[in-house]
Amino acid sequence: MPAIKSKTTQWSADAFALGARAMLPLLPGMIAFGIAVGSAAAAKGLSLFEQFLMTVLVYAGLSQMVALEIWPQQMTVGAIAAIVLVAATVNARLLLLSAAFRPWFSPLPAWQSYSLLYILTDASWIASIRYREEGGSDVGFYLGGGLLVFFVWMISVTVGYLLGALVPDPKPIALDLVMPVYFAAMLVPLWRGAGRAIPWVVAGVVALLVHHFVGGWWYVIAGSLAGIVAGGFIDDRD
Amino acid sequence: MIAIDFGSYGFVIAILAMAAVTYAMRAGGFWLMSYVPLTPRVRRMLEATPGAVIVATVVPVVVREGLPALVAVLVGGGVMLLWRRDYLAVMAGLAAAAGLRAAM
Repeated sequence: MPAIKSKTTQWSADAFALGARAMLPLLPGMIAFGIAVGSAAAAKGLSLFEQFLMTVLVYAGLSQMVALEIWPQQMTVGAIAAIVLVAATVNARLLLLSAAFRPWFSPLPAWQSYSLLYILTDASWIASIRYREEGGSDVGFYLGGGLLVFFVWMISVTVGYLLGALVPDPKPIALDLVMPVYFAAMLVPLWRGAGRAIPWVVAGVVALLVHHFVGGWWYVIAGSLAGIVAGGFIDDRD
Repeated sequence: MIAIDFGSYGFVIAILAMAAVTYAMRAGGFWLMSYVPLTPRVRRMLEATPGAVIVATVVPVVVREGLPALVAVLVGGGVMLLWRRDYLAVMAGLAAAAGLRAAM
């Protein structure tokens, strides 16, 4: 485990390996989802090159899946607008994740921080936030986890594309629930007493209401924002 | 409807547009925060971010997927509480959900 270090931002190979290792429990779920996205891309008639382009440049699994669900055979301006709107709503939470990295990454040169943010995903983000909360400050941790996820994702989507309809259903072994379970488990080390959990309750209630009454993917950003604002109004009592 | 013939580049254009908006999100939060002074309130908001994002993401999934997801999340959280092993937490949670789904 990382010892409590000074909070100066630095890089090291040890932290790189540690960050990559932190992603291991998530890989089975990621691989299953990547394969599903790849096979959806094949079903919608994307060429191998287009599939690869989307996976490298967009690199956001859920938004790739949701966009492919509405992917037309013939692209029109309206279809592109709908796809961009879907990408924006599904990925709006990334704004919040990247905002949370400000204190940690701000000492880095801009080219480094903005390159690091290119591979930002939920999985490497939450593991890095936990590492940081436990006193780590080595950016290598984030890079190690982020790069491992990036390459595993590339390979899984390509495999899914090539396998096409042969892809097995992940539900019987519950691989569709890897991220929710990992996320929920990560709440445990984040626990700082009931007072600090009030924003969590606010986030959950607002997300449920928006999920129920608005639909779509707005609930993630709406619930998160409500919880964050609530967090700003809770006194410091440690 | 505006009729523009994208020829064979339609898919590539759609992908580039998606990529641009997605990277704008990835970079945007970090960039915006360079204009926000880190007051104690802002710091508390940033500290509340991980928990809020987790709960807002997971709770609707649990409601949508029903009992197996609820049990998976509770077992995962419980294992984490007892042993602090992410691996074990994920595997125990999935095993519980898979078992329940097979039984249902």
